[in-house]
Amino acid sequence: MTKVTFIEHSGKEHTLDVADGLTLMEAATKALIPGIDADCGGACACATCMVFVPEDWAGKLADKDPMEDTMLDFCEHSAENSRLACQIKVSPALEGIRVTMPESQH
Amino acid sequence: MSMSASASPGIVIIGAGQAASQAVVSLRAEGFEGAITLIGDEAEPPYQRPPLSKKFLAGEIGFDRVELKPAEFYANAHCTLMLGTRVTAIDAKAKTVTTGDGHVIAYTKLLIATGSRVREINVPGFDLKGVHYLRSVGDVHEIQSHFKAGARMVIVGGGYIGLEVAAVAKKNGLDVTVLETANRVLARVVDPIVSRFYERVHAAAGVNICTDVTVVGFEGDADHNVTGVNAGDGKIFPCDFVVVGIGILPNAELAEMAGIEVSNGIVVDECTRTSDPDIFAAGDCTNHPNGVFDRRLRLESVQNAIEQGKTAAAAMTGKDKPYNQVPWFWSDQYDLKLQIAGLSQGYTQAVTRGNPDTDNNFAVFYLKDGVLIAVDAVNRPPEFMMSKMLIAQHAKLDPARLADETINMKEVAKA
Repeated sequence: MTKVTFIEHSGKEHTLDVADGLTLMEAATKALIPGIDADCGGACACATCMVFVPEDWAGKLADKDPMEDTMLDFCEHSAENSRLACQIKVSPALEGIRVTMPESQH
Repeated sequence: MSMSASASPGIVIIGAGQAASQAVVSLRAEGFEGAITLIGDEAEPPYQRPPLSKKFLAGEIGFDRVELKPAEFYANAHCTLMLGTRVTAIDAKAKTVTTGDGHVIAYTKLLIATGSRVREINVPGFDLKGVHYLRSVGDVHEIQSHFKAGARMVIVGGGYIGLEVAAVAKKNGLDVTVLETANRVLARVVDPIVSRFYERVHAAAGVNICTDVTVVGFEGDADHNVTGVNAGDGKIFPCDFVVVGIGILPNAELAEMAGIEVSNGIVVDECTRTSDPDIFAAGDCTNHPNGVFDRRLRLESVQNAIEQGKTAAAAMTGKDKPYNQVPWFWSDQYDLKLQIAGLSQGYTQAVTRGNPDTDNNFAVFYLKDGVLIAVDAVNRPPEFMMSKMLIAQHAKLDPARLADETINMKEVAKA
């Protein structure tokens, strides 16, 4: 189990214990965290599970593949530190990670 | 039982798929506090179907990764799950539904989210052992029981399901043949450019694709096991098993029997209301208006199920949140992600960006009198994402700019 905190756009925080191997998106949708839509269920097909990852955590994540990178480039609210939560696998290296959600996923 | 005697019966949802599950989530998010009963005829709680022909069939993910919500979610949401239970009738006057085991359940509002079922092939030998369809988790387990290297599989139907299954089976070392009635795969939904691309990719992977082939029957042995597919004129394709993927049909019969208007699906308005004021419908089973395309649609997609599930939850709690979306879909085959936005039906021009004859990434834009109505994007997220926006705007685009790879997709709509 790894501790992960999701922060809604409003500032409301949700801290979860997530089974390693799940993606951040799966952790959020199973726990009904508002702000992660994940319409495609994790196929990297819809870009509705975007989160912002603080700089000090960005280096601990696997690099974005070109698919994720270009999807993000076309998301309305995306920024330099955006990631798709469906592409981030939870592991002990992420213990304590805090990610923020955009205003909306569309 | 403090509230049972006087409380209204609450909301009953028929069906336990993606639309039904979304409706439960959204009903609670909308502040609905009454009883919710979800009745599904499968044994499993609501799960995602798209992975069934992809990662789940491949064995890369288990049921825990396809189920939509963990079991405790329904308990926490005070939603009663009646699984393995088929609804056999709706009485719209009495406001009750009857189940196969004889229970009569009252509703205040009813959501029909019965989805769709496979179109069955009606030829001799259809009931032989080893002739499968792919719609449910149970179907996948049956198909997987034949997944042994070298096993001969014949797929009837060169649509998305057939081709996705072919890709997974080939990776598992099976001998795969796809039989398609039309003169190309995906004929119903894509331009020939895209069909040719997928035929080339599957052929390169070793899949035997046969077009212009109509199945007239299945051959079996003394034990009633399928041994071959008969394509007429004496042509037999020997096989160990068959997967049939020739389309799906909306489950609208319950609604029709209850006197609700049905026409190629359950007829609903933009807020998922049926012709009965207390009955709503969402997902694959609906025929609904689409404002972007200005016509009625019946869609077979997760997006449609999710968005209509949200709209239905709002409508059942007295709020109008009209459903109005650019439809989108995806298909995973090998290392190719096809993303589709819009509907290409009625296009007058197809414009290609990239080289589908040599590369594994390209996009085909569908224009109708110059206006973008759809895109098929293979490993091309920018083309997909940008087109989704441009389709919603009814953008009139210059075909030369669309085809010009030196112009960034973000600039393509500029004159």
